[in-house]
Amino acid sequence: MKFGVLRFPGTCDEIDALQAAQRVGDARLLWHADPDLHGVDAVIVPGGFSYGDYLRAGAIARFAPVMASVLEFAHAGGLVLGICNGFQVLCEAGLLPGALLPNTNLKFTFRQVNLDVVDPDTPFTRAAGKTLSIPAKHATGRYHADGPVDVVLRYAPGENFNGSEDDIAGVRNAAGNVFGLMPHPEHAVDPLTGSTDGLAIFQSMAEHV
Amino acid sequence: MSKHRDLGLTDHEYELIVSGLGREPNDVELAMLSLMWSEHCAYKHSKKLLGRLPTDGPHVLVGPGENAGAVDVGNGQAVAFKVESHNHPSAVEPFQGAATGVGGILRDVFAVGARPIAVLDSLRFGEVAESERSRYLLEHAVAGIGHYGNSIGVPTVGGEIYFESSYEQNCLVNAMCVGLAPHARLTSSAAVGLGNVLILLGALTGRDGIGGASVLASAELSGADESKRPTVQIGDPFAEKKVMECCLELLDSELLASLQDLGAAGLTSAASEMASKGEVGLDIDVASVPLREPDMEPFEIMVSESQERMLCVVEPEKVAAVLEVCERWEVLATPIGQVTDTGQFRILKHGEQVGELPVPLLVDECPLYDLAPEPPTAPSFAAPPAVVAPDADARSQLLALLGSANLASRRAVFEQYDPIVQSRTVRRPEQADAAVLALPGAGSGFGHGTSGIAISIDGNGRRVAVDPRAGAAEAVYECAANLACVGAEPLGLTNCLNFGNPEKPHVAWQLEQAVQGLADACEQLGVPVIGGNVSLYNESPDGPILPTPVVGMVGAVEDVHHVGRLGFGSAGDAIALVGEFEPRRDGSELAKLSGEAPVGTLPVRDVAATRKAHESVRAGIRSGALCSAHDIAEGGIAVALAEAAIAGGIGASVSLPVDPFGEDLGSGFIVSGPERAVLGLAGARLLGHVGGNELVIDGLLSVSVDQLASAHSAGLGIN
Repeated sequence: MKFGVLRFPGTCDEIDALQAAQRVGDARLLWHADPDLHGVDAVIVPGGFSYGDYLRAGAIARFAPVMASVLEFAHAGGLVLGICNGFQVLCEAGLLPGALLPNTNLKFTFRQVNLDVVDPDTPFTRAAGKTLSIPAKHATGRYHADGPVDVVLRYAPGENFNGSEDDIAGVRNAAGNVFGLMPHPEHAVDPLTGSTDGLAIFQSMAEHV
Repeated sequence: MSKHRDLGLTDHEYELIVSGLGREPNDVELAMLSLMWSEHCAYKHSKKLLGRLPTDGPHVLVGPGENAGAVDVGNGQAVAFKVESHNHPSAVEPFQGAATGVGGILRDVFAVGARPIAVLDSLRFGEVAESERSRYLLEHAVAGIGHYGNSIGVPTVGGEIYFESSYEQNCLVNAMCVGLAPHARLTSSAAVGLGNVLILLGALTGRDGIGGASVLASAELSGADESKRPTVQIGDPFAEKKVMECCLELLDSELLASLQDLGAAGLTSAASEMASKGEVGLDIDVASVPLREPDMEPFEIMVSESQERMLCVVEPEKVAAVLEVCERWEVLATPIGQVTDTGQFRILKHGEQVGELPVPLLVDECPLYDLAPEPPTAPSFAAPPAVVAPDADARSQLLALLGSANLASRRAVFEQYDPIVQSRTVRRPEQADAAVLALPGAGSGFGHGTSGIAISIDGNGRRVAVDPRAGAAEAVYECAANLACVGAEPLGLTNCLNFGNPEKPHVAWQLEQAVQGLADACEQLGVPVIGGNVSLYNESPDGPILPTPVVGMVGAVEDVHHVGRLGFGSAGDAIALVGEFEPRRDGSELAKLSGEAPVGTLPVRDVAATRKAHESVRAGIRSGALCSAHDIAEGGIAVALAEAAIAGGIGASVSLPVDPFGEDLGSGFIVSGPERAVLGLAGARLLGHVGGNELVIDGLLSVSVDQLASAHSAGLGIN
């Protein structure tokens, strides 16, 4: 099992995601300008501020050469995980429905949040329990979609600090092979630095491939 | 001829320049000299005093003089750190002022080859409850810090904020950055190698910052409206992120001979300091500097403070490789000059000389001034209005303290910062008295070893106003106490000296006494000063700010699996007081709330006893004997107990042998754990036990933890 973690200019959490993935398999970084996915079995679009997020979070990254290959990979059924800025990129790229809007408090907010796993039968959640405690940190995390979507994670009651519709924290595509979430599972993989609940996401992916 | 006066030089200084040069300087040269001879660059009122600070220690790898100092943390790794002020820009435009303050200190740290791994901030504003301006400055400065640190992927792991009316017009924004480097990557800024190429990296050079920190605001040099442009620099964390990654890769590939960041006084300061350290000359052709505005004058190019720029020295045969790495990171890189053996800093435009200055004249020959210190004969600072009645009972005093802006929960602030990116953060804000970061293990590429570092930043202007020498020493002890609470031993410190106008005798006295107090405490604790910053002239028409030395300290953690927490843990645990804690009310938070001016006497410290207490708590944490440790800081022992109860979500019942609200900073600790372990600690005095949902202090007060928490969480007044 080999994960590929994208790196755009302005990506911040790629080493965190790489290290998290390495706990359950092999992993390597993929450079934004290189369309070659180097034979990876799953792609992670990590968090950060790709291209500074100056236009709209994730809006520029989707034009990077590597993203054409990620689109092709996803359409062929490959597993793609988008975390925070990665979730925004996947929405902008049309791989996931909906959009992420500025938090209702209009501030970057860091919080350890509890999540309810509402769809335990996905390649990303099969190893997960019913709830996950994972940190979230973003300014643009209020999920909105015009129609019904396939929800995978919801903020537990009282935990939805960004104002997401229906407490949605993570969604998948109809085929189930692309998943995006605002909280950061890669920051919840080691008891030393916090919780370990995020590891289940990476384990699920490794077990699926 | 008064041009030099408009640029902030005295007649005497101008005479020295003319005699050193053997002629009158031209406009380009005068602009450069006026900046290099400014207080900001030359430290002309503080340099003599700073010599009192001890700078040597067994762990010191790089002392003061480089962009940041560095200490050895084992496993072939070094930790570089520095604190710097960005006070005046933040008072003018708090968001950009604070953001570029963070950007500047990050550059200082990666300029020495260290990857920034943590930011901390020390902030001072006017009374936030009464002043809309202070609330505005607080909210925007915090947003600016978050904007820069969050976007660049460096965690903000700690900090401190105080509110006092003397900061109303002149707020303080001090930012500290800590970086990590393999020893081999530590880099000097000394320019070396005759014929080596100077390459400017990063952003375009614009007119921003001209006349900002400098004295060019009334520039006759341009004589046009350009000088009225906004003088606060604008930060671009995305640009800096690329420059940072690019520089670290260039250093890892051993492509650079030296590296320097561009800060105050831009190219002038960066290049002349590189030349001075390397004892070489430099030629720079301003026509090759990529500009944001095409019609800039040579002097503007030389003093622009445009952000996100670095200057490096490269051997000619490595230039192509450097440009290739820069292109991959989409970082603009332009050769703008070369190293010479002339000892002169020559400014050219299209090959024609427009200025030439001896490097020593620029960097070393600014006169240093002796202060004329005089202790004040009357109190320097007015009494604040009383908000706690003189006959208030202990319960209301405690709730008032917890709900006061100086002691209230900082959650509304630190929730705007990313404290966890880079996956090193073992203790986040609110979990312990100091931030704790895990370091890489020996030899491994990724993942943590067992060792770590702890970081704390502290300073209390009101205590320093009461007694500058003892108050400044308290800041050092307080930082060391914070480190002890997580089991860390101090490795080194950095400081930022924020004071008023040093030409005023009373301010000079505060500065001189405070530096002596810092020196005393550093000697007593064996902690070297590895770098820092001085910010003077922090005054408004209302008078100077409280004298505010800020201390940032880094300590070694032996095992990141055994670090302390501040909150009480389990019912039944014993609570003890550790240390010769001799609190007094003078200069305390309760004195402030009671309407007393910062005057009186601070406690006299028993140095040996304080060291012993720190050692005892550190040992108790490292051995795992203690469940919690919290140093007794502002608000006294009652507030420390309340904070431990709030953080643990559990009550306590104690009886106190000392004044509940007196202060003696850095001397005493509240620890908890199994009774046998706690009482086995050297110097521990049993106070009571953890349990229940109330804080009960025998014969004094009883308050539910919920009430304590709600007073604490509401006090800052922002959400």
